[in-house]
Amino acid sequence: MFDKTVAELSAALKAKKVSSVELAQGFLDRISKYRDLNAFISLDPERTLAQAKVADERLAKGQASPLTGIPIAQKDIFCADGWLTTCGSKMLSNFVAPYDATIVERFNTAGAVCLGKTNMDEFAMGSSNETSFYGLVKNPWDTQAVPGGSSGGSAAAVAARLAPAATGTDTGGSIRQPAALTGITGIKPSYGRVSRYGMIAFASSLDQGGPMTRTAEDAALLLNTMCGFDPRDSTSVDQPVPDFTASLNNSIKGLRIGLPKEYLGAGLSADVAKVVEAAIAEYKKLGAEVVEVSLPNSQLAIPCYYVLAPAEASSNLARFDGVRYGYRAPEYKDLSDMYCKTRAQGFGAEVKRRILIGTYVLSAGYYDAYYLQAQRLRRLITDDFNRAFEKCDVIMGPTTPTTAFNLGAKTDDPVAMYLSDIYTISVNLAGLPGMSIPAGFGADQRPVGLQLIGKYFDEARLLNAAHQYQQATDWHKQAPKGFV
Amino acid sequence: MEWETVIGLEVHVQLLTKSKLFSAAAAQYGAEPNTQACAVDLALPGVLPVMNREAARMATKLGLAIGATVSPRSVFARKNYFYPDLPKGYQISQYELPVVQKGTLRIEVDGKEKIVGVTRAHLEEDAGKSLHEDFHGLTGIDLNRAGTPLLEIVSEPDMRSAKEAVAYLKKLHSLVTYLEICDGNMQEGSFRCDANVSVRPKGQKEFGTRAEIKNVNSFRFVEKAIDFEVERQIELLEGGGKVVQETRLYDSVKNETRSMRGKEEAHDYRYFPDPDLLPLVIEASFIEETRKTLPELPDAKAERFKQQYKLSAYDAGVLTATRAMADYYEQVVRDSGADPKIAANWVAVELSGLLNSENKEISASPVTAVLMAGLLQRLADNTISGKIAKDVLAAMWAGEGDADAVIAKKGLKQITDSGAIEKAVDEVIANNPKQLEQYRAGKEALFGFFVGAVMKATQSKANPAQVNELLKKKLAP
Repeated sequence: MFDKTVAELSAALKAKKVSSVELAQGFLDRISKYRDLNAFISLDPERTLAQAKVADERLAKGQASPLTGIPIAQKDIFCADGWLTTCGSKMLSNFVAPYDATIVERFNTAGAVCLGKTNMDEFAMGSSNETSFYGLVKNPWDTQAVPGGSSGGSAAAVAARLAPAATGTDTGGSIRQPAALTGITGIKPSYGRVSRYGMIAFASSLDQGGPMTRTAEDAALLLNTMCGFDPRDSTSVDQPVPDFTASLNNSIKGLRIGLPKEYLGAGLSADVAKVVEAAIAEYKKLGAEVVEVSLPNSQLAIPCYYVLAPAEASSNLARFDGVRYGYRAPEYKDLSDMYCKTRAQGFGAEVKRRILIGTYVLSAGYYDAYYLQAQRLRRLITDDFNRAFEKCDVIMGPTTPTTAFNLGAKTDDPVAMYLSDIYTISVNLAGLPGMSIPAGFGADQRPVGLQLIGKYFDEARLLNAAHQYQQATDWHKQAPKGFV
Repeated sequence: MEWETVIGLEVHVQLLTKSKLFSAAAAQYGAEPNTQACAVDLALPGVLPVMNREAARMATKLGLAIGATVSPRSVFARKNYFYPDLPKGYQISQYELPVVQKGTLRIEVDGKEKIVGVTRAHLEEDAGKSLHEDFHGLTGIDLNRAGTPLLEIVSEPDMRSAKEAVAYLKKLHSLVTYLEICDGNMQEGSFRCDANVSVRPKGQKEFGTRAEIKNVNSFRFVEKAIDFEVERQIELLEGGGKVVQETRLYDSVKNETRSMRGKEEAHDYRYFPDPDLLPLVIEASFIEETRKTLPELPDAKAERFKQQYKLSAYDAGVLTATRAMADYYEQVVRDSGADPKIAANWVAVELSGLLNSENKEISASPVTAVLMAGLLQRLADNTISGKIAKDVLAAMWAGEGDADAVIAKKGLKQITDSGAIEKAVDEVIANNPKQLEQYRAGKEALFGFFVGAVMKATQSKANPAQVNELLKKKLAP
């Protein structure tokens, strides 16, 4: 059962071929068996099985939704009532959330079962899952490799079949990059589609939650539950949410695919380029047209992002001060000392680095040169996409410049680490939906992801294009050796 | 050298919304610590702010009342600093684009009118409270107040004396209470003032260096604090010193201002637009709709009182100082049917005197408008004299019931007309010739009989002293 998709499991549950409790127990057993991957931060089998039992009762009564009884792993950035919610940080290592994030509430209402909380880069700051206070996560395809980040635990869990699906969050690529590096499907919806309430903020204007699954169809199923206006989130968009599964089987004949020349030039490794070319060729076979587009300000995305995201983060993380909850330094001599020691001990190096950058760029005298300038760049980058979409329906390219790099390879070189998000970051800056689907393997036999970028609120078209590709190929069906 | 004082005021007005500025928690004063702080107020991980539309309406009301521009689009910004009673580590405020811009307020000092500019008014959330007592060397944090909506109203440096500053504050206080956007309670901190004070040689164009005085929580203290500060600065300058830009705290016990922090210690608040909130958009239709809900404002009301009730400018000013006072007065006039000028005297002088003596607001007056109207009716129908009416008012103030009850209980309802009493006395004497004869024969104990008969004939309304006097005269042989 563990190799089945959410859609298949949903059918099996309804056909009484398996119970939710059996599924939950089965996946819990696998998580335990493969605990070396370190994909999870916390498990609570009692809670999980109790939820599965309720789901079974609901299934028995014939009141099931497509997600009733499906075990789903939650990234540890989402508050879930009664669950330890750490955000991968020592700072929250003792924080049990007293409330449900909106998406957790939505999954609960749908009858999904929370399988556990997955590992992640501390406060979602990282591209390799090596900044977690709870230790690094290994890539199931090659345990010497990183799974990507920040949603590395969710990616590894889905790739290793420890969970049929998981949630992730994406501020600069944190869903798409790990999805690409672990050979799974991940989508970051348009900014405002998925409520941020209860999702611990990294950079508020960029953060967006989304599903990490094995197939586009599963992603559509999860998105149906996750999306929707939330009055508790002022940036949530009051837009009708279509049934994302309804258009999966539409033909993509005549779909105009834009290939940004800036994504296929220097910096892209040859084996990844080859996989992307092959994927585009496949799309042509399916009837799509290919046009060249240009995103001339692409090279500005990383500097722009590394001003704005840390600026917002420096303020968002100010609440972790040891006063009301979370970690507090055991010894201090006065208030100022308590703040300093608590934050010095509670945050890891990467988080501190970004808080320092963010504090600096917002300081009097630097604000105009950094923060305001970055906001102007952000508009230029957004305008690039708007112009490109005049010529095409979907933009495609690589999700990452290389396949998964080795653990430890970039930990001493933050800029090299930041560059692994070069193709994903601009999508967050523009607020557009972006997706990564498995499209082959690199020379090192590690997975390669194809990135699909859509117009605002055009997730249905991305999912349709991804699904059609997955109907014609079987890259998404590949599983890492030793896990099936 | 002759010096000129320059004063600008920043007033924090706590808005009377039911819930907080960005959360659904109640915004009432005085609850048990931390019982009115929800997940958003506690700044738990993951929570988000949602703007209270009622606060925008209240800000719009103020903007309209001072003839200001209500911004069609204003922006919330984060003001970043660490403090234990500031749960998020930043305060949500408005910085570059405030909700209200450029208004004016008309004040009057010593009969001279002056227009004071209002630079801006912006919405922001209040912080919680740090409690330093009762925690054995630790500090307690109460977050009930965290997130309470404030409107910070910033004046131009247009005032030239402490008196003008007080007049401005009183006018603003009157305005916000008229608009029912603030309860105006200064003790509870609903209306707080910081004063920017500087001096310059008379005739100089440039402003002197200013000091900001914090924590002045009554009109009286504002005047005293500014007077002290002006003296301090002049002495300093005349002694060859320099005023430094700093924040000073007013100590009402010692009546002095003390340095709190200098410019070099000033925070860098790292303001930036709050990415969790969209710009506050106020549409023209919202403004028009709000305009229709505006009450009659103090200046207009005072003018009407002068016309309608023929009051002096002074009385009209006193009676319209607060909406509660004006409403009280108008109800008294309406219910009593008394001469509005006499009613004005009783409300503005007699009742106000009692209120001031016990430092009470008119809303807390034990003598309600209905009770006051009852008293004025008795005065108007000559049941009691003005002198006795003051006693009746005092008794009513002490809670002894309405005017009629007090008059009856204390026997204040008198027949003082000696003609009426004489008539009754004559009748009693004429009707009792036998008793008259016995009395005149020396049976003086019968005097009491005559008194009783007269009182009975007048239903006890006659003044006993007058009755005694008249009887003695008439019974004498």
